[in-house]
Amino acid sequence: MAEDEHGGELRTAHSSDRPTNVGTAILPHDGFEDPGVEPHRHRITDAQPERAKATERVLIILFFVSIAASIFAIVAYFAWPIDRNDITSVRANNLWLGLGIALAMLSIGIGVASWTKYLMADHHVIEARHTTRGKPATRARAVEIFATANEESGFGRRTLLRNSAIAALVALPLPGIVTLRDLYNGNNPDPVSELSHTMWAAGTRLVRDPSGTPVKASDVTIGSVFHIVPEGLLELEHGMLEAKAKAVVLLMRLPQEQLKELPERKSWSYDGIVAYSKVCTHVGCPVALYEQQTHHLLCPCHQSQFDVTEHCKVIFGPAARPLPQLPIAVDKDGYLIAQGDFSEPVGPSFWERRNDYNA
Amino acid sequence: MFNAKKAGSAKRARRTQRRRAPFATAALLGAGLILTGGAYTAIDQGTRASAATESQSAETVARGEALFQSNCATCHGMNAVGTANGPSLIGVGAAAVDFQVGTGRMPMQANGAQAPVKPVQFTAEDTNALAQYVATLAPGPGIPEKEYLQADGDAARGAELFRINCAMCHNVAAAGGALTEGKFAPNLQQVTPAHLYEAMATGPQNMPVFNDANLTPEDKRDIITAIRWQTDVTGNIGGYNLGSLGPVSEGLFIWVFGIGSVIAMTVWLATRPN
Repeated sequence: MAEDEHGGELRTAHSSDRPTNVGTAILPHDGFEDPGVEPHRHRITDAQPERAKATERVLIILFFVSIAASIFAIVAYFAWPIDRNDITSVRANNLWLGLGIALAMLSIGIGVASWTKYLMADHHVIEARHTTRGKPATRARAVEIFATANEESGFGRRTLLRNSAIAALVALPLPGIVTLRDLYNGNNPDPVSELSHTMWAAGTRLVRDPSGTPVKASDVTIGSVFHIVPEGLLELEHGMLEAKAKAVVLLMRLPQEQLKELPERKSWSYDGIVAYSKVCTHVGCPVALYEQQTHHLLCPCHQSQFDVTEHCKVIFGPAARPLPQLPIAVDKDGYLIAQGDFSEPVGPSFWERRNDYNA
Repeated sequence: MFNAKKAGSAKRARRTQRRRAPFATAALLGAGLILTGGAYTAIDQGTRASAATESQSAETVARGEALFQSNCATCHGMNAVGTANGPSLIGVGAAAVDFQVGTGRMPMQANGAQAPVKPVQFTAEDTNALAQYVATLAPGPGIPEKEYLQADGDAARGAELFRINCAMCHNVAAAGGALTEGKFAPNLQQVTPAHLYEAMATGPQNMPVFNDANLTPEDKRDIITAIRWQTDVTGNIGGYNLGSLGPVSEGLFIWVFGIGSVIAMTVWLATRPN
């Protein structure tokens, strides 16, 4: 039996001269046969030296092309600069700089790959496996080293010393684990209450986004849609976007007779004007694709559809709940105001969300 | 009038052909075509301008009524009161007619989810007559003033208004997008400023209405400016924009050509040279 350079036994998968004990295993007779290594074919560059020479010349040209492309990229950087006052200058800069760098890298890549494929020595090498088990002498020596180390360090003898060192190592990561407590948002407002309330309060005027001007009921003609935020939101210095993400509202007017309102929500609309949260109850995209004839609202992310005539109930798509309605009224100056906050948390579900808001 | 002019330039071209070298003929023909085209554009803009300011003469209204009775009343009913097949046009205003008829959406080619744009069926004069007639039925949005259609407003402000009010349906690059059940928000990149303005003011089909209390004429002018700026100046800023459709076309491109070239390179690297 052959041996490899490590002294291991060389075996193939189907050595017929090796006794095998199959035990209770069922071996198929037509098992997979090792097809072996396919016969070595010589390359044309090995057989004909002039072809090898030609290939070499092509590769040299390729590398020079790469050098030229790199230089071109440097030239392009200066020839097509980005002008801060002309955004369109980005186009030529990106195009020529990018083409230069791409050609430089591609030429090197193709050149190096071709060098190894066509010119470097082409012969098969088989690296045989050897067994992982060491020789008996090596194994004995390893055991001896461990025994000596144990003896000299006193690891097995001085048990108190060893155990106190282990205890110190166990205690070391504890401060790191305890500081993970900072991830618990104890000092900040309760996230559940943050998710449950928006800036809307009784008497808050509905104002246009982005101008911040209030809306008169008479401005909202039939078929209109207004993108609304609460008054004062656009002036917030901190957390404006967080507040806006929860408080955005879509204001629409429908012919009064087309609204199929629940008796308890009759007072939430004003003369056919209704306001609904713009945050999808699925995963929170802005639902603002309003079709004024079908009165459907479409969410662009996952195609949930809501019927505005029936309190924005879900008529298609993955959303599970209707869009929350903002109860509105009109103040003494004729401007639209909120009667209060939404009666339920806006936007997608969260773990602590109660499920009895619409019960 | 244009036909006569065109025929004249063609005749002139034929005459010169006998006298001069073929190259001069081509140059003359080109100059003639440019002149004709320029005159056409000037006259076209002239009619539009005069149409906007033309007084509602009784003659025009009567002509509009006659056109309406023969072309529109089947669906919209006699006197535009509406039928089961078409809505009432009372109070939609001249702007709605100019938009719907001027873009070829009306007369509608078939009852369907949405009236598509098609070749315009009426001349500018007839469209104006129809618009004047419908405007007499009840007050409604009129043909927009020219000063708001020059695309010379504040593009940055217009772009913000566009993102808040329009982009969810029409796509942030105004390339259009899908709605429900076969409806769609059309591409706005090549729509004329007048039609953009009229669409905002009247809310054609399923588009909501953006009246002057919601988007003032200055707001509408800025939005038009932003659409023109985006399309004309920055439309191809990053190279070929693949229709500005976002992840659909860009994803398809990179899956087919990007991953395709990676696979081709891998196959080449792994093949044995002969």
